[in-house]
Amino acid sequence: MMSGGVDSSVAAALLRDQGHEVVGVTLKLWGGESDSGCCSVSDVDDARRVADALGLVHHVFNFGDAFTEHVVAPYAADHGAGRTPNPCIECNRHIKFAAVDERARALGFDAVATGHHARIAVRPDGTRRIARGADAAKDQSYVLHMLDQEQLARTLLPLGGMQKDDVRALAAELGLRTAGKPDSQDVCFITKATGRGSFLDRRIPLTPGRVVDGDGREVGSVSAVELVTVGQRKGLGLAGGGAPRYAVDVDIPSATVTVGSKRDLLVTEQPVTGLRWSTGPVDGPLLVQVSAHGTPAPARLVDAGDGHATVVWADPQRRVAAGQSVVAYQGDEVVAGATAI
Amino acid sequence: MRPEALAALVEVLEHAPGNPSGQHRWAREARRRLDDARDGIAGLLGVEPGGIVFTSGGTEADNLAIRGVLGASGGAALCSAIEHHAVLDVVHASGGGTVAVDSAGRLDLDHLADELAADPRISLVSVLLANNEIGTIQDLDAVADVLDRARPTHPDGLLLHTDAVAAAAWVDVAALAERADLITISGHKVGGPKGIGVLAVRDGVELAPLLLGGGQERERRSGTPDVGGAVALGAALAVTARDRITVVQRVEEQAERLVAGLTAAVDHVRPTVPARSAPGVANIVHLSCREVDSEPLLFLLDEAGVAASAGSSCASGALEPSHVVDALGVAPDWAPGALRLSLGWCTTDDEIDHALAVIPAAIAQLRPTAEPAA
Repeated sequence: MMSGGVDSSVAAALLRDQGHEVVGVTLKLWGGESDSGCCSVSDVDDARRVADALGLVHHVFNFGDAFTEHVVAPYAADHGAGRTPNPCIECNRHIKFAAVDERARALGFDAVATGHHARIAVRPDGTRRIARGADAAKDQSYVLHMLDQEQLARTLLPLGGMQKDDVRALAAELGLRTAGKPDSQDVCFITKATGRGSFLDRRIPLTPGRVVDGDGREVGSVSAVELVTVGQRKGLGLAGGGAPRYAVDVDIPSATVTVGSKRDLLVTEQPVTGLRWSTGPVDGPLLVQVSAHGTPAPARLVDAGDGHATVVWADPQRRVAAGQSVVAYQGDEVVAGATAI
Repeated sequence: MRPEALAALVEVLEHAPGNPSGQHRWAREARRRLDDARDGIAGLLGVEPGGIVFTSGGTEADNLAIRGVLGASGGAALCSAIEHHAVLDVVHASGGGTVAVDSAGRLDLDHLADELAADPRISLVSVLLANNEIGTIQDLDAVADVLDRARPTHPDGLLLHTDAVAAAAWVDVAALAERADLITISGHKVGGPKGIGVLAVRDGVELAPLLLGGGQERERRSGTPDVGGAVALGAALAVTARDRITVVQRVEEQAERLVAGLTAAVDHVRPTVPARSAPGVANIVHLSCREVDSEPLLFLLDEAGVAASAGSSCASGALEPSHVVDALGVAPDWAPGALRLSLGWCTTDDEIDHALAVIPAAIAQLRPTAEPAA
C-alpha cells in the first residue's frame, strides 16, 4: 500500500529490489472535505509518481464505502457514547489488513506490504507477533496490535529494521519526490481548518455540559461533552490559578464532566474488553502501552474470559479514556491487545 | 488515432505554423486549413460553417453550450439523468434538474414534458445523443417534439443541446440531431487527437462566451485556435463518415460475438441494456455481473491486457460508482459488477478472441466460490 508518504515509498523500493513482483496500490478512503493526510489527490499523485520512478504498476482502489462504514461512522458513534476512538487502528483492523488483504488474495497476491515502522517476529514454533520497529521514536507496533496469525503470515513490513533517518536518506538516494515529505500526524478525514468539533457536529448531536469537581460543585462548562476526553486539561472552562485539574470522568447521559487533580486521575487497575492474545495467554510481568507513542508501564493482564480483562498496574497510572487501545508487550513483542472501557 | 488524422496534424504542424488570425501569408496558410476543416465538419454535422466553434474538447463545448445559452438568454437548464458529467455538473451548478430514463436508458418524455410545464424558466434542454457508458441512442426528434409543444410557455426560448461525443463516430449526427440547436463533438472519440472539440451552433442561437480575449471563433471562443487539432478532427470525422457503414457492421458483429460468448461462458453475466430493447451505438458493450466488483475485475483485465472500464474516475483515479447505472435502476446485486468494453474502428477479431479467453477466467477468479489463485 502506497500512501504517498516517504515510508511506503521506500518500502516499495526495498521490496522491488528484493525481487518481489510489486504493484503499488493507493487507497481512496474518504471523499469528504479533507485534503490532507492519506486520502488526498496530491498524496495519490505522489504515490503514482514514486511508482513511476520505481517502474512499478500503480492502482487506486476505492474503499470509501467500507471506510465510511467501519471507520468514520464508528468514530462518530464512539464520541457520541463518550468513548475516544482511534480511527487509524480501526482502519488497520477493517480496511488495510482486512478488506484490502481480501482483495489482494482474490487478485492472486501472496502478501500485502506497508511502510509501518514495526517488525514481525517469528517464534521458534512458527507463530508470529508484531514487534517494535528498530526506530523507537517511530515505532508503530501499537497500531498493528490486532493482526492475527493469518494476517501476519501475509504481511510484509520492510521498514521494521530501519531508522527513519535512513529511510529518508534512501528515498533521497533513489531520487524519490517524497524524501522530504513531512510525516502525517492527524486523522486523515478531518481537516485542520474545521477540526474534530465541526466534523462531529455534522454527524452526532453535541451536548453542552456541566463541569463539576469531586464534590459535585459546578466549576465550569463545556460546549460539547462528546468532545471531552478523560485526562484532558484544557478547554474545560475552568477558572485559572490553583493546581492543574483534569477531566477524570465524562458522563454523557447527564452531560457532566468531573474534574480532579492529577492524583485523582490515577488508577491501579484498568478494565478492558475485546482482549485478544497474539499467540496465547502470557502470565507474568508485561509492559502495557495505552497510546500510539505513550510510554509503556509495567503491569499484569488478568484474563477474565470472553474478552474481558483487567490491566493491573505495578504502579498507579493515569486512567485510560474508554475506546483507546491497550497493548501489552513482552520485551519488544506484542502479546495482547484490547480496548479500554 | 486515424492515420489520416495523424497525417493531417503533422502536415499542419510542419507546413502551416502561422497564427490564423494574422495578416500575412503564413497566417493565410493556417487560416485556409482551419476554414477547410470548418467547412468539412459543418457539412458532416449539418450546420452552417459559421456555426462551428472549435474548443479544447467536449467538456468545454458542453460548458459553452449550457453556460453560453443561459448567459445570453437567461433561464435555467434541464438535462437527462444519464448525461456525461460535462453536462450534468454544469446543469446542476446552474441550479437545473434532471429527467429520468427507463431501464434501457431512454429519456422519459412524459417526465420531460412535466418538468417543462412545471418550470417556464427552462430555456435549454440537454440530452446526449448516445450515452458514453451504455450506448443507448436517444430519439431527439421525439425530444424536439416535446420542446416544440412547450416552447410557447417559455419566454426565454427553449433550445435543445445534444452531446454527440459518444455518438459521432457511429451514427449520422446530421440526420439524428437535425433538430438540435447545439451539438457537441470531441476529437479523440472520432479518431482524432485529444484536446480539440467542436460546438456546432445553429444560426440565430446566441452564446455568451466562456473565455474573453481576442474574440476568435466569432467572439464565441477567444484564444488562438488549435489549427492542427481542428484539421485532424476534420480528417478523422471525414474518414469515419466515409467508412461508417462497413465499420459499424464489423464492430456490431464483434460486439455481438463478445456478448454472446461472455454470457454463454459465464453464469450471471448479462447485458445491462438487453439487446434490441433500445437502439445503441455499435461499439459499446456494457455488462452487469453478479458476485463481482468492477474494481478488482478491471485490475485483473488490465494485467491480462484488456483495457476495460466501469464507472467514472474521480480526481484521485479511483473508480466511482456510475450515475448512469444508478439511473437505469440496475438491481443492487448486479450494479457493483458493471463492465464496459468499448470497441473501435481498429478492434481486431483476435482482440475479441483474447477478451473472450481472459474475461471469464478473471470473473471466475474473483467469485466467492473460486479457489484462491496460485
